[in-house]
Amino acid sequence: MKRRLFDALHRALADRRAVALVTDMGTGFQTLVGADGRQQGDAGLEDEFLPTVQDAIRRDRSGMVDYYDGRFFINVFAPPLRLIIAGAVHLAQALAPAAKLAGYDVTIVDPRATFATPERFPDFTLVGDWPDESLTTLKPDMRTAIVTLTHDPKFDDPLLIAALGTPAFYIGALGSRKSHAARAERLAAAGVDMADFVRIKGPVGLDIGAVSPSEIAISILADMTLTLRGTKQKSPATPVEAG
Amino acid sequence: MSLIASDNAMILESAAGWLAAGRGVALATVTGCWGSAPRPVGSLMAIADDGAMAGSVSGGCIEGAVAMEAARVIEDGEPRLLSFGISNEMAWEVGLACGGKLEIYLEPLA
Repeated sequence: MKRRLFDALHRALADRRAVALVTDMGTGFQTLVGADGRQQGDAGLEDEFLPTVQDAIRRDRSGMVDYYDGRFFINVFAPPLRLIIAGAVHLAQALAPAAKLAGYDVTIVDPRATFATPERFPDFTLVGDWPDESLTTLKPDMRTAIVTLTHDPKFDDPLLIAALGTPAFYIGALGSRKSHAARAERLAAAGVDMADFVRIKGPVGLDIGAVSPSEIAISILADMTLTLRGTKQKSPATPVEAG
Repeated sequence: MSLIASDNAMILESAAGWLAAGRGVALATVTGCWGSAPRPVGSLMAIADDGAMAGSVSGGCIEGAVAMEAARVIEDGEPRLLSFGISNEMAWEVGLACGGKLEIYLEPLA
């Protein structure tokens, strides 16, 4: 790869832009294509071929493609997955670094200034908005997970209602089975359709018998991974489109 | 600490660091895999001229062989398409224990 193209790829990743590097296996020519179809590189790709590349970017699917008499390798570089944690609580101090290790960009939302401090969360983005308001700016997409950890309906409920209006691939709420049942009643009273409510994972996390905050963080990440990828036996779950 | 989180981003970050230090660098990309190959298509490994590695293209079975070939790629500047599998003539030393087959594009960063 030529240095100029490598630098452009490196910059796109740093800027969290989705791009694809297309390599012509016959000539070795390489082209960097953005989600908008803009391209730069050794050789211009034909307009007719671009939608194939853009589709690969959208589906985050790398692979070899035959186009007329050529073979092209399309390598998609998707921006990192995102995790929005509502509640800068003790468990969040375990979940944030664990999620970062798993490749997530983590944002912690909590309007309570004593909780959301850089001392408690070094290296993480802290947002002091009310959790539901924060979604307006954070704009969760299909590669975003949202987890509420506050245990407090006045923070959790509005956020969960707002989260259901986004295509987030995972929505989880901390709390026991009993508190999740109470949550179902409150959200139903607020007008949430139960067909939508089932998108909320509660009690959050895979049941691995987790007790400590670190173990619970692992169980939440395991469940997020399972939802994102699906098991090896069957195909991944299809993300829900925004309603 | 780097703000870049995803695996491939971290690998390119290492490669960028090596390039900035004036070192020769090759990039290996998994372009095809069959059977139970451990790393998906699109996975990257960057290799520096002193043998330093970032990322992986398998579960550790063929990284050594790819790094050796990378030294030649850095030397002559020519990209190559490598394939590894149980039917490979070098199977006894760099074959994939899982029975998978891998195709790897190895190119210089120049």
